Amino acid sequence: MAAPKKAAASAEHDKTNGGSPPEFTREQELKALRDMLLIRRFEEKAGQLYGMGAIGGFCHLYIGQEAVVVGMQMALKEGDQVITGYRDHGHMLATGMEANGVMAELTGRRGGYSRGKGGSMHMFSKEKHFYGGHGIVGAQVSLGTGLAFANNYRSNGNVSVTYFGDGAANQGQVYESFNMAELWKLPVIYVIENNRYAMGTSVSRASAQQDFSKRGVSFNIPGKQVDGMDVRAVKAAADEATAWCRAGKGPFILEMQTYRYRGHSMSDPAKYRTREEVEKVRHDQDPIEQVRNRLLAAKVSEADLKAIDAEVRDIVNASADFAQHDPEPDAAELWTDVYR
Amino acid sequence: MPIQVLMPALSPTMEKGNLAKWLKKEGETIKSGDVIAEIETDKATMEVEATDEGTLGKILIPEGTADVAVNTPIATILADGESAADLAKAPAPAAKAAESAPPAAAKAEAPAPKAAPAPQAVAEPDPEVPAGTEMITQTIREALRDAMAEEMRRDPDVFVMGEEVAEYQGAYKVTQGLLQEFGARRVIDTPITEHGFAGVGVGAAMTGLKPIVEFMTFNFAMQAIDQIINSAAKTLYMSGGQMGCSIVFRGPNGAAARVAAQHSQDYSAWYSNVPGLKVIAPYSAADYKGLLKAAIRDPNPVIFLENEMLYGHTGEVPKLDDFVIPIGKARIVRPGSHVSIISWSNGMTYALKAADELAKDGIEAEVIDVRTLRPMDTETIINSVKKTGRAVTVEEGWAQSGVGAEIAARIMENAFDYLDAPVARVSGKDVPMPYAANLEKLALPSAAEVVEAAKAVCYR
Repeated sequence: MAAPKKAAASAEHDKTNGGSPPEFTREQELKALRDMLLIRRFEEKAGQLYGMGAIGGFCHLYIGQEAVVVGMQMALKEGDQVITGYRDHGHMLATGMEANGVMAELTGRRGGYSRGKGGSMHMFSKEKHFYGGHGIVGAQVSLGTGLAFANNYRSNGNVSVTYFGDGAANQGQVYESFNMAELWKLPVIYVIENNRYAMGTSVSRASAQQDFSKRGVSFNIPGKQVDGMDVRAVKAAADEATAWCRAGKGPFILEMQTYRYRGHSMSDPAKYRTREEVEKVRHDQDPIEQVRNRLLAAKVSEADLKAIDAEVRDIVNASADFAQHDPEPDAAELWTDVYR
Repeated sequence: MPIQVLMPALSPTMEKGNLAKWLKKEGETIKSGDVIAEIETDKATMEVEATDEGTLGKILIPEGTADVAVNTPIATILADGESAADLAKAPAPAAKAAESAPPAAAKAEAPAPKAAPAPQAVAEPDPEVPAGTEMITQTIREALRDAMAEEMRRDPDVFVMGEEVAEYQGAYKVTQGLLQEFGARRVIDTPITEHGFAGVGVGAAMTGLKPIVEFMTFNFAMQAIDQIINSAAKTLYMSGGQMGCSIVFRGPNGAAARVAAQHSQDYSAWYSNVPGLKVIAPYSAADYKGLLKAAIRDPNPVIFLENEMLYGHTGEVPKLDDFVIPIGKARIVRPGSHVSIISWSNGMTYALKAADELAKDGIEAEVIDVRTLRPMDTETIINSVKKTGRAVTVEEGWAQSGVGAEIAARIMENAFDYLDAPVARVSGKDVPMPYAANLEKLALPSAAEVVEAAKAVCYR
């Protein structure tokens, strides 16, 4: 932090950098494992259905980044809002939205969250406080700031968790939003999911300041780099950021250092990076394997872990089945929901 | 020779102002840069600085005088060695004004003068207003302010945000007094960041709040148009009806006076192209009020296009506790049987003037103010055309892909067999708005062009 008035806060934050994050309880580890597995298996299935032609258009998979949304969600309370861009399936599942409804939206069926009218990039759930699902890079940052504005207006103590990528971090409206958020002390956590590539352009080729936690420096917004592959580190950072917001201190930036294993979208051959690079992250840092290994070390049985696998697979297979058999929207749906 | 001090023009659209106060007395010495008087316009109170040195010879317009026209001599300054006796040598005020200020003189011809009688005087009775309702005369600026204030009193979820809406009291004084009544929580000055604050407004609206987002002009809203269209207009549909936004984007649209191409664009056609938006562009003071109230209550995103040239116009507004005009209804402002003239917003200025002219030649024009561009009241237009068999559209925007083109298409689709002539369009010329007074006037539609078009479709 460059700003003197935040120097103390910044120093305090830095102490939590490095070293191991606080341990999870066994229940937390099991929940994190289950929720991350659900996202991974769901995304693998979505990729498969895309290959079969059951899902159309763009489909951006979240595989590799699961620890970010799961760790963040573990720090939230009822009423906190979540908003993100188009790589959004993981965020929806993390907020508790049903796999059936998400998958059926991917296949464009009437049982989808948007009744088949939104698709992969545009889904919402008022009940789960999930505000989309936005296809325009960076647009969700102003919108998420608006969610925080509403929390402030209502003094309801809720926090807006606004996700965007390293690519969106270069959009102008991000900084317009940072300015207003700090000016008005809005309760918003900007979670920058730095997966190293904005489509095919690496961070080093697109960003003058590659430390995204510093992107709020000129607005006096504190920021922190987080190991986004370790769900415990994410949860710890989220706790700190939510506490900051709920204390009325304004916005907080979390740069999640993460990685996507798949291409930008289904049609991306990912020629901009080597197979070795992907394999190395998978082998050394996989967020799910990290939790699994800790649980095994803590003497949780293989059988217990397999039971979780089986439960998740059942949910995902059922969603795929539902999404392929649910009817398409009625033709009359074409004309509904334009106005209310 | 004594120097005349003229009533200054303090904004692009100012035509007259009040001489609030003299800060120098006759006989006092004046240096260049001294504040000599305060002038009150409908937007602000401004100080008049002397640009010449000498002695204040004679005050020609006493303080407290209202509606002093721009370029009226308000005082004389005597140079060294001159005395009051020299005042007689000053040139005749009218001549001086004419020779020294041609742009202002030309400007005065362009828009309808501020004190123009309310055009509703010739209108059919408004069906929204019960017979016998007391009417109050107010400016459109005041009507807009009252509409917002009434809705903010009624619903705590309504708030207004934008540049200079609070402490400055509105760049065009439309939000005057709102900060004082509702406080900084609900009347919010934003940084100059249209894209960002439009998105903030839409995000807040997605949670159920009802923002009124003021753009200082719609020209600046181009920076925000992604949020308006991609986020505000489409979310209800994309979410399968789960999540929409009740939000009003309002501000002056179209040409003002002498502000050139980047500040003079009419966005009627742009926004009215988009499903999911409602688009309102009123003309009369009563419509401004009743339709803005309706827009604020509407659960959908509404584009409310105002016109800076009309802000100072006065009109009769019904004195009702809750005067709301339904969105999507056109109004026959002047009945007639020979030709339908269809317009909205400031286009109505030309349409109504033209109807007066046409009447002198025995052509009775039916003038329709469509008021809402989306959803458009096709029925009222078609019924009128079925009666008259002829139609002229009038708009300040460009003709290509314009609202007039849309109206012409609807007439063709729905009343082709009733037409006795092709529909004529009068529009802004197909050029960026020029700055020069004469060119600007040429670029905009005129009553004469409307008369010509109406006569052409009547084969006269």
